[in-house]
Amino acid sequence: MLYREAGQFKTNYATDQAIFPILQDRIGIIIILFIAFVVIPLTGNDFFINAIMTPFLIFSLAAIGLNLLTGYTGLLSLGTGAFMGVGAYACYKLTTVFPNVNIIIWVIASGFVSAAVGVVFGLPSLRIKGFYLAIATLAAQFFLEWCFIRIPWLYNYNVSAAIEVPQRELFGIIVTGPRATAGTRYVIVLTFVVIMTWMASNIVRGRIGRMWMAVRDMDIAAELMGIRLLPTKLLAFAVSSFYCGVAGALLVFLWYGGAESTVFSINESFTVLFMIIIGGLGSLLGSFLGSALIYILPIILRFVPPQLGLPLHAATVEHLTFMITGALIVFFLIVEPAGLARLWQIVKQKLRVWPFPY
Amino acid sequence: MDILYKIFLDPFVQMGTAPDLFVQTLWEGVVGGMLYALIALGFVLIFKASGVFNFAQGIMVVFAALTLVGLYNAGVPAFLALGLTIAVMFALAFAVERIVLRPLINQPDIILFMATFGLTYFLIGFGEFVFGGDPKVMITEQLYLPKGTITYKALGGVVSLQKLDIAAAVIASIMVAGLAVFFSKTRIGRALRAVADSHSAALSVGISLEQIWVIVWFAAGLVALVTGIMWGARSDVSFALDVIALKALPVLILGGLTSIPGAIVGGLIIGVGEKLWEFYWGPLIGGGTDSWFAFVLALVFLLFRPQGLFGERIIERV
Repeated sequence: MLYREAGQFKTNYATDQAIFPILQDRIGIIIILFIAFVVIPLTGNDFFINAIMTPFLIFSLAAIGLNLLTGYTGLLSLGTGAFMGVGAYACYKLTTVFPNVNIIIWVIASGFVSAAVGVVFGLPSLRIKGFYLAIATLAAQFFLEWCFIRIPWLYNYNVSAAIEVPQRELFGIIVTGPRATAGTRYVIVLTFVVIMTWMASNIVRGRIGRMWMAVRDMDIAAELMGIRLLPTKLLAFAVSSFYCGVAGALLVFLWYGGAESTVFSINESFTVLFMIIIGGLGSLLGSFLGSALIYILPIILRFVPPQLGLPLHAATVEHLTFMITGALIVFFLIVEPAGLARLWQIVKQKLRVWPFPY
Repeated sequence: MDILYKIFLDPFVQMGTAPDLFVQTLWEGVVGGMLYALIALGFVLIFKASGVFNFAQGIMVVFAALTLVGLYNAGVPAFLALGLTIAVMFALAFAVERIVLRPLINQPDIILFMATFGLTYFLIGFGEFVFGGDPKVMITEQLYLPKGTITYKALGGVVSLQKLDIAAAVIASIMVAGLAVFFSKTRIGRALRAVADSHSAALSVGISLEQIWVIVWFAAGLVALVTGIMWGARSDVSFALDVIALKALPVLILGGLTSIPGAIVGGLIIGVGEKLWEFYWGPLIGGGTDSWFAFVLALVFLLFRPQGLFGERIIERV
C-alpha cells in the first residue's frame, strides 16, 4: 500500500534514468542520509560512532571496490587487503613529504596510486580466470605485504616499522591524528562513502558497467560483440583498486590512527570477500548489508553473553564468535545464495503487491 | 656489474663451493614441498570429485592434528586416539555433506567456495573451543615415529637428515600409491573418477553423488590427518600456522587443479624453489622472501600455461 510505483509517470529521460525512480525510495534515501549526517553525529556516543559506524562505512567502501571487480566484472580477487594497504601507505608517504597539501587531496591521490598498482597485478587476468586468477591475486597480496615490511622508505625509516598518522586540519578543524574527534572523522568518512557510492552506481549503470557485466557473463561472447577485453578488465582492476585504496587510506587516517603491515594481511582480503558474497555479488546495496553483517555481528556477539549474565572467558567468546560467524555464513548461503541484497528485493516485491500474495 | 654478478653468478659459485650446504637446502626444500603437496592433494581429491574448491583443507589439517593431540592429552591411549580422530574426520565428512553440500547443490562454484570459508571459520572456532587455543606438541614418540638425525659426511661437508622427515617421505609415498591404486582398481575409485568427469553422467548410471562426496571428503580428511601428524611433528600444533595451507594454493596452480601427480610435482617444485631462492637470492633483497616466492612463481607460470603443468586443457566455447 505504502510502497507502490503506480501513478508515478515518467515524462522525460532525466526522471526515467534517475538513480531512484520511485518516490518512496527517494524519501527513504533522504531519511537515511538525514539520520547518517545529522542524527548520528549529534546523538551517537563516541563508542558507537568510532567503533561501529566509521569502520562499517570504511569496510562498505572497500566492499564496493571489490564488488565492482568480483561482482560486476566476475574477476575473483584476494588482494583487497594489499590494495587497501597501498592506499594507506601512499597517503602516509604523500602527506609526510608534502604536509601542506589538503589531506583530502592526498586521500584521493592515494586511490590513484592504488589503481596503478592494481592495473599491474590485473595484467594476468587476461589469460587467467576463475580460481586460478584468485590465486594469482594472492601473489599481489603477499608480495605487497612483504614490501610494506621490507621497504623502510615506505614508513619513513621508523624504528617501529609502523605508520603513525600526523595531525592534519581541514578548514581549521583537526581531522586526523589523535586529537580529532570521532564525530569529525565520521562525517568525513561518510561524505567520502556517499559520493563514491553515487559515483559507483553511475558507473555500473552506464556503458562501462554494462561492458563489465558482459565480460562477467561470458568474456568470449563479450569479445565477439566488440568489447576489448584487456582495457575493460584493467579498468575494472583500476577502479576497484581505487576504491580499495581510498578505503585503506581512510581506514588508517580516520579510524586506526596508525598501522603496520599486519593490518593489511590476507585476513582483511577474506573479510571483504565475505562481505560481498554474503551481501550479494553485483549489488552496491549488498556491499553495505554484507559489511554490516560481517563487521557488526562479531561485535554484537561479544556483547551478548555479558548482557545475559553468562560469565564467559574472553577467549571462549572469541572462539564462539568464530564458530557462529562460520555457521552463519553457511546458513545465509543456504537460505539465499544470491545474498542479502536479493532478500531485500524479495521484501520489496512483497511490499509492492501487499496485501495480495502476488 | 656488481649487482649482475651477485644475481647471476655468485649464488651458483656458492652452490659449487659448498655443495653440502646446497644439498642440505635442497633436502629442506623437498621436505617442505612434501607438506605442501600433501595439503594440495586433499584439495585435488575434493575438487576432482565435487568441483568444490575446498578452502578448509588447510584447517582440516590443523583440526585433525589438534583432535589427535587433544584426545591424547585428555588421557586416551595414542592409537585409540588415532582411531577416534579418524572417526571424527568421518563424522566431519558426513556432516559437511549433509549440512553444507547437499543444500547447496547446483549452486555456482563461488558460493560453494564461500561455504568452505564458513566451514573454515567454524572449524577454527570449534577446534579452539574444545581443545583450547594454546600450541600443542605432537605425539610423535607414542605413534612410534622415529626421532633424531642421521648425519653423514659427504661432498666435503656434513649433511644431516631428520629421521622423521625420511619417515614422512616414506609414509607420504605409500599413501599416494595407495590412493592411486584405490582410484584405478576399486569400484568406488572408478565411481569417483566417473563423478569427476561428469556429475550428470555419473548420476544417470546410478552412482550416488552423496555417498561419493562423503567418501571423498573422508579421504581428504585422512590425508589431512597424515599431513597434520607430519607437520605437527616439525612444529607445534596450532591454528596460527594456517598460512602454510595458503601455500598449497600456488602448488595447485602449478600442478593443475585436477591432477594428483601435478599436486606432488608442484609441491616439490615450490618447496625446493622457495628454499633455494630464500637461501641464495633472498639476502639480496632483504630476506623473508618465502612469504611470496611461491605465489609469484605460480603467477609467472600461469602466464605461460593457464591450466597448470598437468591440468586439463581449458577449452572455451561460446
